[in-house]
Amino acid sequence: MIDVRDLVKRYKKADRNAVDGISFKVRAGEFFALLGPNGAGKTTTISILTTTLSPTGGSASLDGSDIVRDASAVRRKVGIIFQRPSLDQNLTAEENVRFHAILYGLYPYAPTFALMPRAYRDQLADLAKLLGIERDIHKPVRTFSGGMRRKLEIMRGLLHRPKVLFLDEPTAGLDVPSRRTLWDHLTEVRRTSGTTIFLTTHYLEEAEQADRICILDDGRVVSFGTPDDIKRDLVEDYVLIDASERSRLRDELARLGYVAVDGPPFKVQLDGHTVHALLRSIETPLTVVKTHTPSLEDAYLEIVSKPRE
Amino acid sequence: MSEASAILVLAHRDFAKLLRDRQRIIADFSFPLIFIGILGTTLQAGFGERAGINLLHFVFTGVLAQTVWQSSAMGLISLIADREQDFSQEIFVSPISRYSIILGKILGESLVALPQALGIIAFGFILQVPMSADQLLRMAGAIAVIALFGGAFGVIVVANLSSQRAVNQIFPFVMLPQFFLAGIFNPIGNLPLPLDILSKISPMRYAVDLMRDAYYASAPSGERVQLFDATTNLAIMAGLFIVFMVVGTFLFVRAERNR
Repeated sequence: MIDVRDLVKRYKKADRNAVDGISFKVRAGEFFALLGPNGAGKTTTISILTTTLSPTGGSASLDGSDIVRDASAVRRKVGIIFQRPSLDQNLTAEENVRFHAILYGLYPYAPTFALMPRAYRDQLADLAKLLGIERDIHKPVRTFSGGMRRKLEIMRGLLHRPKVLFLDEPTAGLDVPSRRTLWDHLTEVRRTSGTTIFLTTHYLEEAEQADRICILDDGRVVSFGTPDDIKRDLVEDYVLIDASERSRLRDELARLGYVAVDGPPFKVQLDGHTVHALLRSIETPLTVVKTHTPSLEDAYLEIVSKPRE
Repeated sequence: MSEASAILVLAHRDFAKLLRDRQRIIADFSFPLIFIGILGTTLQAGFGERAGINLLHFVFTGVLAQTVWQSSAMGLISLIADREQDFSQEIFVSPISRYSIILGKILGESLVALPQALGIIAFGFILQVPMSADQLLRMAGAIAVIALFGGAFGVIVVANLSSQRAVNQIFPFVMLPQFFLAGIFNPIGNLPLPLDILSKISPMRYAVDLMRDAYYASAPSGERVQLFDATTNLAIMAGLFIVFMVVGTFLFVRAERNR
Protein backbone atom coordinates (compact mmCIF):
# COMPACT_ATOMS: atom_id res chain seq x y z
CA MET A 1 0.00 0.00 0.00
CA ILE A 2 2.82 2.36 0.92
CA ASP A 3 6.32 1.99 -0.45
CA VAL A 4 9.02 4.30 0.89
CA ARG A 5 12.48 4.25 -0.66
CA ASP A 6 15.54 6.07 0.66
CA LEU A 7 13.42 9.02 1.71
CA VAL A 8 15.41 12.09 2.75
CA LYS A 9 14.23 15.44 4.09
CA ARG A 10 16.43 18.29 5.09
CA TYR A 11 14.62 21.44 6.19
CA LYS A 12 15.84 24.79 4.97
CA LYS A 13 18.62 26.17 7.15
CA ALA A 14 18.99 22.82 8.94
CA ASP A 15 22.43 21.30 9.24
CA ARG A 16 21.29 17.69 9.33
CA ASN A 17 18.59 15.56 7.76
CA ALA A 18 15.28 15.33 9.63
CA VAL A 19 14.62 12.10 7.74
CA ASP A 20 17.81 10.40 6.67
CA GLY A 21 17.31 7.79 3.96
CA ILE A 22 14.50 5.64 5.36
CA SER A 23 12.86 2.75 3.51
CA PHE A 24 9.90 0.58 4.49
CA LYS A 25 6.70 -0.90 3.13
CA VAL A 26 3.20 -0.92 4.57
CA ARG A 27 0.75 -3.62 3.48
CA ALA A 28 -2.89 -3.03 2.62
CA GLY A 29 -5.21 -3.32 5.63
CA GLU A 30 -2.30 -3.30 8.02
CA PHE A 31 -2.07 -1.42 11.30
CA PHE A 32 1.37 0.12 11.03
CA ALA A 33 3.10 2.12 13.74
CA LEU A 34 5.97 4.52 13.30
CA LEU A 35 7.54 4.75 16.72
CA GLY A 36 10.22 7.11 17.91
CA PRO A 37 11.09 9.85 20.37
CA ASN A 38 10.31 13.51 19.71
CA GLY A 39 12.37 14.82 16.80
CA ALA A 40 12.93 11.38 15.30
CA GLY A 41 11.32 12.39 11.99
CA LYS A 42 7.85 10.88 12.41
CA THR A 43 5.79 13.96 11.57
CA THR A 44 8.15 14.84 8.73
CA THR A 45 7.62 11.37 7.26
CA ILE A 46 3.84 11.64 7.56
CA SER A 47 3.84 15.13 6.05
CA ILE A 48 5.80 13.88 3.05
CA LEU A 49 3.57 10.83 2.60
CA THR A 50 0.45 13.02 2.69
CA THR A 51 2.02 15.42 0.14
CA THR A 52 2.05 18.53 2.34
CA LEU A 53 5.85 18.59 2.40
CA SER A 54 8.32 18.03 -0.45
CA PRO A 55 11.00 15.38 0.08
CA THR A 56 14.64 16.35 -0.49
CA GLY A 57 15.51 12.94 -1.88
CA GLY A 58 14.27 9.41 -2.42
CA SER A 59 10.77 8.41 -3.42
CA ALA A 60 7.53 7.08 -2.06
CA SER A 61 4.27 5.83 -3.48
CA LEU A 62 0.87 5.20 -1.98
CA ASP A 63 -1.47 2.68 -3.60
CA GLY A 64 0.62 2.99 -6.77
CA SER A 65 0.51 6.80 -6.92
CA ASP A 66 3.79 8.68 -6.63
CA ILE A 67 3.60 11.20 -3.80
CA VAL A 68 5.35 13.92 -5.81
CA ARG A 69 4.16 13.41 -9.39
CA ASP A 70 0.68 12.20 -8.45
CA ALA A 71 0.09 14.29 -5.34
CA SER A 72 -3.56 14.95 -6.13
CA ALA A 73 -4.35 11.22 -6.52
CA VAL A 74 -2.56 10.50 -3.25
CA ARG A 75 -4.59 13.15 -1.43
CA ARG A 76 -7.80 11.51 -2.59
CA LYS A 77 -6.69 8.22 -1.02
CA VAL A 78 -5.59 9.41 2.40
CA GLY A 79 -7.25 10.69 5.51
CA ILE A 80 -5.16 12.33 8.16
CA ILE A 81 -5.47 13.19 11.81
CA PHE A 82 -2.83 15.80 12.48
CA GLN A 83 -0.73 16.08 15.59
CA ARG A 84 -2.26 19.48 16.29
CA PRO A 85 -6.04 19.48 16.00
CA SER A 86 -7.18 20.99 12.73
CA LEU A 87 -10.82 21.75 13.40
CA ASP A 88 -12.06 25.30 12.91
CA GLN A 89 -12.92 26.34 16.45
CA ASN A 90 -15.30 29.04 15.23
CA LEU A 91 -17.46 26.60 13.33
CA THR A 92 -19.87 24.04 14.72
CA ALA A 93 -19.07 20.34 14.61
CA GLU A 94 -21.55 19.94 11.76
CA GLU A 95 -20.00 22.82 9.81
CA ASN A 96 -16.55 21.29 10.19
CA VAL A 97 -17.86 18.00 8.86
CA ARG A 98 -19.77 19.70 6.04
CA PHE A 99 -16.68 21.68 5.06
CA HIS A 100 -14.70 18.47 4.76
CA ALA A 101 -17.41 16.57 2.88
CA ILE A 102 -17.76 19.32 0.27
CA LEU A 103 -14.02 19.86 -0.02
CA TYR A 104 -13.63 16.17 -0.85
CA GLY A 105 -16.40 16.35 -3.44
CA LEU A 106 -18.77 14.03 -1.56
CA TYR A 107 -21.68 16.47 -1.82
CA PRO A 108 -22.32 19.68 -3.76
CA TYR A 109 -22.14 22.97 -1.90
CA ALA A 110 -25.19 24.20 -0.01
CA PRO A 111 -25.18 27.23 2.27
CA THR A 112 -27.02 25.65 5.20
CA PHE A 113 -27.40 22.27 6.84
CA ALA A 114 -31.09 22.13 5.97
CA LEU A 115 -30.28 22.59 2.27
CA MET A 116 -27.73 19.76 2.22
CA PRO A 117 -28.83 16.51 0.51
CA ARG A 118 -30.77 13.96 2.55
CA ALA A 119 -27.86 11.49 2.30
CA TYR A 120 -25.56 13.93 4.03
CA ARG A 121 -28.00 14.67 6.82
CA ASP A 122 -28.49 10.94 7.42
CA GLN A 123 -24.75 10.35 7.43
CA LEU A 124 -24.30 13.18 9.91
CA ALA A 125 -27.00 11.81 12.18
CA ASP A 126 -25.27 8.39 12.20
CA LEU A 127 -21.96 10.04 12.94
CA ALA A 128 -23.36 12.12 15.79
CA LYS A 129 -24.96 9.01 17.26
CA LEU A 130 -21.72 7.08 17.01
CA LEU A 131 -19.89 9.83 18.86
CA GLY A 132 -22.75 10.38 21.29
CA ILE A 133 -23.01 14.06 20.40
CA GLU A 134 -26.52 14.18 18.92
CA ARG A 135 -27.33 17.22 21.04
CA ASP A 136 -24.02 19.03 20.50
CA ILE A 137 -23.46 18.52 16.79
CA HIS A 138 -24.64 22.06 16.02
CA LYS A 139 -22.55 23.64 18.77
CA PRO A 140 -19.17 25.31 18.17
CA VAL A 141 -16.26 22.88 18.36
CA ARG A 142 -14.71 25.30 20.85
CA THR A 143 -17.09 23.91 23.50
CA PHE A 144 -15.96 20.28 22.99
CA SER A 145 -13.48 18.37 25.16
CA GLY A 146 -10.09 17.44 23.73
CA GLY A 147 -11.03 13.78 23.44
CA MET A 148 -14.30 14.57 21.70
CA ARG A 149 -12.54 16.81 19.20
CA ARG A 150 -10.12 14.02 18.40
CA LYS A 151 -12.93 11.58 17.76
CA LEU A 152 -14.72 14.11 15.60
CA GLU A 153 -11.53 14.57 13.61
CA ILE A 154 -11.21 10.83 13.09
CA MET A 155 -14.80 10.57 11.89
CA ARG A 156 -14.21 13.52 9.61
CA GLY A 157 -11.01 11.93 8.30
CA LEU A 158 -12.91 8.76 7.41
CA LEU A 159 -15.86 10.48 5.65
CA HIS A 160 -14.33 10.14 2.20
CA ARG A 161 -13.40 6.48 2.83
CA PRO A 162 -9.63 6.85 2.53
CA LYS A 163 -7.50 3.81 1.76
CA VAL A 164 -5.00 4.88 4.38
CA LEU A 165 -5.75 6.75 7.58
CA PHE A 166 -2.72 8.58 8.96
CA LEU A 167 -2.77 9.38 12.65
CA ASP A 168 0.01 11.64 13.86
CA GLU A 169 0.30 11.18 17.62
CA PRO A 170 -3.49 11.26 18.00
CA THR A 171 -3.46 10.79 21.75
CA ALA A 172 -0.93 13.53 22.53
CA GLY A 173 -2.36 15.85 25.16
CA LEU A 174 -5.28 13.57 26.08
CA ASP A 175 -5.94 12.25 29.57
CA VAL A 176 -5.96 8.52 30.23
CA PRO A 177 -9.74 7.90 29.95
CA SER A 178 -9.93 9.89 26.70
CA ARG A 179 -6.96 8.00 25.37
CA ARG A 180 -8.61 4.70 26.16
CA THR A 181 -11.95 5.55 24.54
CA LEU A 182 -10.12 6.90 21.51
CA TRP A 183 -8.33 3.58 21.13
CA ASP A 184 -11.54 1.61 21.48
CA HIS A 185 -13.00 3.86 18.84
CA LEU A 186 -10.06 3.31 16.50
CA THR A 187 -10.17 -0.44 16.97
CA GLU A 188 -13.84 -0.34 16.04
CA VAL A 189 -13.12 1.82 12.99
CA ARG A 190 -10.48 -0.63 11.87
CA ARG A 191 -12.72 -3.61 12.35
CA THR A 192 -15.60 -2.12 10.37
CA SER A 193 -13.78 -0.25 7.59
CA GLY A 194 -10.67 -2.35 6.97
CA THR A 195 -8.73 0.86 6.37
CA THR A 196 -4.94 0.73 6.47
CA ILE A 197 -3.83 2.61 9.56
CA PHE A 198 -0.53 4.43 9.75
CA LEU A 199 0.12 5.65 13.26
CA THR A 200 2.95 7.66 14.69
CA THR A 201 3.45 7.65 18.40
CA HIS A 202 6.06 7.90 21.07
CA TYR A 203 4.07 5.66 23.38
CA LEU A 204 5.33 2.12 23.17
CA GLU A 205 2.13 0.59 24.49
CA GLU A 206 0.20 2.14 21.61
CA ALA A 207 2.66 0.80 19.05
CA GLU A 208 2.55 -2.69 20.58
CA GLN A 209 -1.00 -3.13 19.31
CA ALA A 210 0.18 -2.66 15.72
CA ASP A 211 0.74 -5.43 13.18
CA ARG A 212 4.17 -4.07 12.45
CA ILE A 213 6.33 -1.38 13.99
CA CYS A 214 9.05 0.76 12.48
CA ILE A 215 11.26 2.47 15.02
CA LEU A 216 12.82 5.73 13.94
CA ASP A 217 15.56 7.53 15.75
CA ASP A 218 17.38 10.59 14.54
CA GLY A 219 15.84 10.24 11.09
CA ARG A 220 16.86 6.62 10.59
CA VAL A 221 15.13 3.25 10.86
CA VAL A 222 16.63 1.46 13.85
CA SER A 223 14.27 -1.49 14.00
CA PHE A 224 11.44 -2.90 11.92
CA GLY A 225 9.04 -5.82 12.24
CA THR A 226 6.16 -7.28 14.24
CA PRO A 227 6.12 -6.41 17.94
CA ASP A 228 7.51 -9.91 18.58
CA ASP A 229 10.28 -9.44 16.01
CA ILE A 230 11.15 -6.14 17.56
CA LYS A 231 11.21 -7.70 20.97
CA ARG A 232 13.56 -10.41 19.76
CA ASP A 233 15.61 -7.85 17.95
CA LEU A 234 15.89 -5.36 20.75
CA VAL A 235 15.54 -7.24 23.97
CA GLU A 236 18.71 -9.00 24.89
CA ASP A 237 18.20 -11.65 27.58
CA TYR A 238 21.40 -12.60 29.28
CA VAL A 239 22.80 -13.80 32.58
CA LEU A 240 25.93 -12.54 34.26
CA ILE A 241 27.82 -15.29 36.06
CA ASP A 242 31.27 -15.72 37.54
CA ALA A 243 33.26 -18.31 39.44
CA SER A 244 36.53 -18.38 41.30
CA GLU A 245 37.69 -21.05 38.85
CA ARG A 246 37.18 -18.84 35.81
CA SER A 247 38.98 -20.96 33.20
CA ARG A 248 36.97 -24.02 34.24
CA LEU A 249 33.75 -22.06 33.86
CA ARG A 250 34.84 -20.73 30.46
CA ASP A 251 35.53 -24.26 29.19
CA GLU A 252 32.31 -25.57 30.60
CA LEU A 253 30.22 -22.85 28.95
CA ALA A 254 31.93 -23.54 25.61
CA ARG A 255 31.27 -27.25 25.99
CA LEU A 256 27.59 -26.62 26.75
CA GLY A 257 27.32 -24.46 23.63
CA TYR A 258 26.54 -21.11 25.25
CA VAL A 259 27.75 -17.89 23.72
CA ALA A 260 29.54 -16.04 26.49
CA VAL A 261 31.40 -12.77 26.45
CA ASP A 262 34.38 -12.86 28.75
CA GLY A 263 34.08 -10.60 31.77
CA PRO A 264 34.50 -10.60 34.53
CA PRO A 265 31.75 -11.49 34.92
CA PHE A 266 30.80 -13.70 31.95
CA LYS A 267 27.87 -12.39 29.97
CA VAL A 268 25.96 -15.47 28.76
CA GLN A 269 23.33 -15.04 26.02
CA LEU A 270 20.27 -17.10 26.81
CA ASP A 271 19.12 -17.47 23.17
CA GLY A 272 15.86 -19.07 24.13
CA HIS A 273 17.17 -21.15 27.01
CA THR A 274 15.80 -20.52 30.46
CA VAL A 275 17.96 -19.28 33.29
CA HIS A 276 17.03 -22.36 35.21
CA ALA A 277 18.31 -24.70 32.47
CA LEU A 278 21.56 -22.78 32.26
CA LEU A 279 22.25 -22.84 35.98
CA ARG A 280 21.34 -26.49 36.33
CA SER A 281 23.75 -27.52 33.60
CA ILE A 282 26.75 -25.73 35.12
CA GLU A 283 28.82 -27.71 37.57
CA THR A 284 31.53 -25.15 38.32
CA PRO A 285 30.68 -23.47 41.65
CA LEU A 286 29.37 -19.99 40.89
CA THR A 287 30.17 -16.85 42.85
CA VAL A 288 27.97 -14.39 40.91
CA VAL A 289 24.55 -14.84 39.27
CA LYS A 290 22.69 -11.85 37.86
CA THR A 291 19.81 -12.11 35.40
CA HIS A 292 18.94 -9.42 32.87
CA THR A 293 15.49 -9.56 31.25
CA PRO A 294 14.51 -6.06 30.13
CA SER A 295 11.01 -5.26 28.95
CA LEU A 296 10.39 -3.99 25.43
CA GLU A 297 10.09 -0.56 26.92
CA ASP A 298 13.53 -0.80 28.52
CA ALA A 299 14.98 -1.90 25.22
CA TYR A 300 13.24 0.91 23.35
CA LEU A 301 14.48 3.47 25.82
CA GLU A 302 17.97 2.09 25.53
CA ILE A 303 17.89 2.50 21.75
CA VAL A 304 16.47 5.97 21.63
CA SER A 305 18.59 7.35 24.43
CA LYS A 306 21.88 6.33 22.84
CA PRO A 307 24.10 9.35 22.38
CA ARG A 308 23.94 10.74 18.85
CA GLU A 309 27.00 10.31 16.67
CA MET B 1 -18.37 20.70 -10.31
CA SER B 2 -16.68 19.57 -7.14
CA GLU B 3 -14.01 22.24 -7.60
CA ALA B 4 -16.74 24.90 -7.80
CA SER B 5 -18.35 23.50 -4.66
CA ALA B 6 -14.99 23.51 -2.91
CA ILE B 7 -14.42 27.15 -3.85
CA LEU B 8 -17.88 28.05 -2.53
CA VAL B 9 -17.46 26.20 0.75
CA LEU B 10 -14.09 27.86 1.35
CA ALA B 11 -15.66 31.25 0.72
CA HIS B 12 -18.65 30.35 2.86
CA ARG B 13 -16.38 29.57 5.80
CA ASP B 14 -14.72 33.00 5.74
CA PHE B 15 -18.03 34.79 5.47
CA ALA B 16 -19.62 32.72 8.25
CA LYS B 17 -16.69 33.62 10.49
CA LEU B 18 -17.18 37.33 9.83
CA LEU B 19 -20.81 37.16 10.88
CA ARG B 20 -19.72 35.63 14.20
CA ASP B 21 -17.09 38.28 14.91
CA ARG B 22 -18.96 41.42 16.06
CA GLN B 23 -15.86 43.32 17.12
CA ARG B 24 -14.43 42.99 13.66
CA ILE B 25 -17.63 44.24 12.07
CA ILE B 26 -17.60 47.36 14.26
CA ALA B 27 -13.89 48.00 13.64
CA ASP B 28 -14.39 47.52 9.91
CA PHE B 29 -16.93 50.31 9.78
CA SER B 30 -15.25 52.92 11.92
CA PHE B 31 -12.25 53.75 9.73
CA PRO B 32 -13.99 54.61 6.48
CA LEU B 33 -16.62 56.59 8.35
CA ILE B 34 -13.90 58.76 9.88
CA PHE B 35 -12.28 59.30 6.47
CA ILE B 36 -15.46 60.26 4.72
CA GLY B 37 -17.28 62.00 7.57
CA ILE B 38 -14.38 64.08 8.80
CA LEU B 39 -11.83 64.27 6.00
CA GLY B 40 -14.27 64.48 3.12
CA THR B 41 -16.49 67.02 4.81
CA THR B 42 -13.63 69.26 5.95
CA LEU B 43 -11.90 69.11 2.57
CA GLN B 44 -15.09 70.13 0.86
CA ALA B 45 -15.64 72.96 3.33
CA GLY B 46 -12.05 74.24 2.95
CA PHE B 47 -11.16 73.67 -0.73
CA GLY B 48 -14.33 72.53 -2.43
CA GLU B 49 -15.19 75.71 -4.21
CA ARG B 50 -11.67 76.44 -5.39
CA ALA B 51 -11.19 72.87 -6.65
CA GLY B 52 -14.28 73.12 -8.80
CA ILE B 53 -15.44 69.62 -7.87
CA ASN B 54 -17.30 68.33 -4.86
CA LEU B 55 -14.50 66.96 -2.69
CA LEU B 56 -16.93 65.09 -0.43
CA HIS B 57 -18.13 63.06 -3.43
CA PHE B 58 -14.56 62.63 -4.58
CA VAL B 59 -13.37 61.34 -1.21
CA PHE B 60 -16.51 59.23 -0.81
CA THR B 61 -15.93 57.33 -4.05
CA GLY B 62 -12.22 57.04 -3.31
CA VAL B 63 -12.71 55.70 0.18
CA LEU B 64 -15.44 53.31 -0.93
CA ALA B 65 -13.09 51.73 -3.48
CA GLN B 66 -10.11 51.82 -1.14
CA THR B 67 -12.02 50.21 1.75
CA VAL B 68 -13.35 47.35 -0.34
CA TRP B 69 -10.02 46.76 -2.04
CA GLN B 70 -7.99 46.95 1.13
CA SER B 71 -10.41 44.91 3.23
CA SER B 72 -10.37 42.11 0.73
CA ALA B 73 -6.56 42.29 0.31
CA MET B 74 -5.92 42.29 4.04
CA GLY B 75 -8.50 39.58 4.50
CA LEU B 76 -6.07 37.23 2.83
CA ILE B 77 -4.13 37.33 6.09
CA SER B 78 -6.57 34.58 6.97
CA LEU B 79 -4.47 32.28 4.77
CA ILE B 80 -1.64 32.80 7.25
CA ALA B 81 -3.99 32.75 10.25
CA ASP B 82 -5.34 29.38 9.11
CA ARG B 83 -1.80 28.11 8.98
CA GLU B 84 -1.04 29.38 12.47
CA GLN B 85 -4.23 27.86 13.83
CA ASP B 86 -3.37 24.56 12.14
CA PHE B 87 -6.46 24.62 9.97
CA SER B 88 -4.68 25.08 6.63
CA GLN B 89 -3.36 21.52 6.85
CA GLU B 90 -6.95 20.29 6.58
CA ILE B 91 -7.42 22.40 3.46
CA PHE B 92 -4.09 21.57 1.89
CA VAL B 93 -4.35 17.77 2.19
CA SER B 94 -7.67 17.85 0.37
CA PRO B 95 -7.61 16.71 -3.25
CA ILE B 96 -8.79 20.00 -4.76
CA SER B 97 -6.61 22.17 -6.98
CA ARG B 98 -4.37 24.69 -5.21
CA TYR B 99 -5.81 27.39 -7.46
CA SER B 100 -9.29 26.52 -6.21
CA ILE B 101 -8.10 26.94 -2.62
CA ILE B 102 -6.70 30.40 -3.32
CA LEU B 103 -9.71 31.37 -5.43
CA GLY B 104 -12.01 30.26 -2.61
CA LYS B 105 -10.11 32.44 -0.16
CA ILE B 106 -10.24 35.43 -2.52
CA LEU B 107 -13.97 34.97 -3.00
CA GLY B 108 -14.53 34.58 0.73
CA GLU B 109 -12.62 37.70 1.66
CA SER B 110 -14.40 39.58 -1.15
CA LEU B 111 -17.71 38.62 0.43
CA VAL B 112 -16.40 39.76 3.79
CA ALA B 113 -15.65 43.19 2.27
CA LEU B 114 -19.22 43.62 0.99
CA PRO B 115 -21.00 44.52 4.24
CA GLN B 116 -18.47 47.30 4.67
CA ALA B 117 -19.31 48.65 1.23
CA LEU B 118 -23.00 48.62 2.15
CA GLY B 119 -22.26 50.52 5.35
CA ILE B 120 -20.27 53.16 3.51
CA ILE B 121 -22.98 53.66 0.91
CA ALA B 122 -25.57 54.04 3.68
CA PHE B 123 -23.30 56.62 5.28
CA GLY B 124 -23.04 58.38 1.91
CA PHE B 125 -26.81 58.76 1.89
CA ILE B 126 -26.68 60.29 5.36
CA LEU B 127 -24.10 62.83 4.14
CA GLN B 128 -26.35 63.48 1.17
CA VAL B 129 -23.99 62.23 -1.49
CA PRO B 130 -26.36 61.97 -4.47
CA MET B 131 -26.65 58.45 -5.87
CA SER B 132 -29.19 57.43 -8.48
CA ALA B 133 -30.34 53.86 -9.10
CA ASP B 134 -28.19 53.76 -12.24
CA GLN B 135 -25.16 54.91 -10.34
CA LEU B 136 -25.78 52.41 -7.55
CA LEU B 137 -26.07 49.57 -10.01
CA ARG B 138 -22.79 50.48 -11.70
CA MET B 139 -21.13 50.96 -8.32
CA ALA B 140 -22.33 47.53 -7.16
CA GLY B 141 -20.66 45.96 -10.18
CA ALA B 142 -17.49 47.94 -9.51
CA ILE B 143 -17.48 46.86 -5.85
CA ALA B 144 -17.60 43.19 -6.82
CA VAL B 145 -14.72 43.57 -9.28
CA ILE B 146 -12.66 45.67 -6.85
CA ALA B 147 -13.11 43.16 -4.02
CA LEU B 148 -11.91 40.24 -6.13
CA PHE B 149 -8.99 42.31 -7.44
CA GLY B 150 -8.03 43.31 -3.87
CA GLY B 151 -8.11 39.66 -2.80
CA ALA B 152 -5.73 38.69 -5.58
CA PHE B 153 -3.38 41.49 -4.52
CA GLY B 154 -3.55 40.15 -0.96
CA VAL B 155 -2.44 36.72 -2.15
CA ILE B 156 0.72 38.07 -3.74
CA VAL B 157 1.55 40.08 -0.59
CA VAL B 158 1.11 37.21 1.87
CA ALA B 159 2.44 34.46 -0.42
CA ASN B 160 5.96 34.48 0.95
CA LEU B 161 5.27 35.60 4.51
CA SER B 162 5.42 33.15 7.35
CA SER B 163 3.50 34.79 10.20
CA GLN B 164 0.64 37.20 10.88
CA ARG B 165 3.15 39.45 12.56
CA ALA B 166 5.17 39.71 9.37
CA VAL B 167 2.01 40.39 7.37
CA ASN B 168 0.93 43.14 9.77
CA GLN B 169 4.33 44.76 9.39
CA ILE B 170 4.37 44.57 5.61
CA PHE B 171 0.83 45.70 4.86
CA PRO B 172 1.23 49.37 5.91
CA PHE B 173 4.24 49.61 3.60
CA VAL B 174 2.35 48.37 0.58
CA MET B 175 -0.89 50.18 1.45
CA LEU B 176 -0.01 53.64 2.72
CA PRO B 177 1.84 54.93 -0.37
CA GLN B 178 -1.03 53.68 -2.52
CA PHE B 179 -3.48 55.79 -0.48
CA PHE B 180 -1.92 58.84 -2.06
CA LEU B 181 -0.71 57.36 -5.36
CA ALA B 182 -4.18 55.98 -6.07
CA GLY B 183 -5.80 59.38 -5.55
CA ILE B 184 -8.27 58.53 -2.83
CA PHE B 185 -8.22 62.01 -1.27
CA ASN B 186 -6.09 63.90 -3.78
CA PRO B 187 -6.46 64.32 -7.54
CA ILE B 188 -3.60 62.60 -9.38
CA GLY B 189 -4.29 63.80 -12.91
CA ASN B 190 -1.20 66.03 -13.14
CA LEU B 191 1.59 64.25 -11.26
CA PRO B 192 5.30 64.79 -11.97
CA LEU B 193 6.71 61.91 -14.05
CA PRO B 194 8.33 59.82 -11.24
CA LEU B 195 5.17 59.96 -9.15
CA ASP B 196 3.05 59.34 -12.22
CA ILE B 197 5.00 56.14 -12.88
CA LEU B 198 4.62 55.08 -9.25
CA SER B 199 0.94 55.86 -9.42
CA LYS B 200 0.49 53.78 -12.56
CA ILE B 201 2.13 50.75 -10.93
CA SER B 202 -0.10 51.07 -7.84
CA PRO B 203 -2.84 48.46 -8.26
CA MET B 204 -5.19 50.37 -5.93
CA ARG B 205 -5.28 53.23 -8.47
CA TYR B 206 -7.27 51.11 -10.93
CA ALA B 207 -9.75 50.11 -8.23
CA VAL B 208 -10.34 53.73 -7.24
CA ASP B 209 -10.56 54.86 -10.85
CA LEU B 210 -13.09 52.15 -11.71
CA MET B 211 -15.29 53.29 -8.84
CA ARG B 212 -15.14 56.87 -10.14
CA ASP B 213 -15.94 55.60 -13.64
CA ALA B 214 -19.03 54.01 -12.13
CA TYR B 215 -20.05 57.03 -10.05
CA TYR B 216 -19.24 59.87 -12.42
CA ALA B 217 -20.27 58.13 -15.66
CA SER B 218 -23.24 60.40 -16.17
CA ALA B 219 -22.09 63.46 -14.23
CA PRO B 220 -21.07 66.64 -16.05
CA SER B 221 -17.96 67.11 -13.92
CA GLY B 222 -17.01 63.48 -14.53
CA GLU B 223 -14.22 64.16 -16.94
CA ARG B 224 -12.32 66.02 -14.31
CA VAL B 225 -11.81 63.11 -11.95
CA GLN B 226 -11.69 59.96 -14.05
CA LEU B 227 -8.30 58.94 -15.43
CA PHE B 228 -9.00 55.90 -17.63
CA ASP B 229 -12.31 54.72 -18.98
CA ALA B 230 -14.01 51.74 -17.36
CA THR B 231 -13.02 49.29 -20.12
CA THR B 232 -9.33 50.15 -19.78
CA ASN B 233 -9.45 49.87 -15.99
CA LEU B 234 -11.29 46.54 -16.20
CA ALA B 235 -8.80 45.17 -18.71
CA ILE B 236 -5.82 46.20 -16.55
CA MET B 237 -7.43 44.73 -13.43
CA ALA B 238 -8.30 41.48 -15.20
CA GLY B 239 -4.70 41.14 -16.37
CA LEU B 240 -3.27 41.89 -12.95
CA PHE B 241 -5.79 39.54 -11.30
CA ILE B 242 -4.56 36.61 -13.35
CA VAL B 243 -0.91 37.46 -12.72
CA PHE B 244 -1.41 37.94 -8.95
CA MET B 245 -3.50 34.81 -8.68
CA VAL B 246 -1.18 32.49 -10.63
CA VAL B 247 2.11 33.82 -9.25
CA GLY B 248 0.65 34.17 -5.72
CA THR B 249 -0.66 30.60 -5.70
CA PHE B 250 2.62 29.27 -7.01
CA LEU B 251 4.65 31.15 -4.39
CA PHE B 252 2.30 30.29 -1.53
CA VAL B 253 2.17 26.59 -2.33
CA ARG B 254 5.92 26.48 -2.81
CA ALA B 255 6.46 28.14 0.57
CA GLU B 256 4.02 25.64 2.16
CA ARG B 257 5.68 22.53 0.76
CA ASN B 258 9.38 23.50 0.61
CA ARG B 259 10.03 24.14 4.22
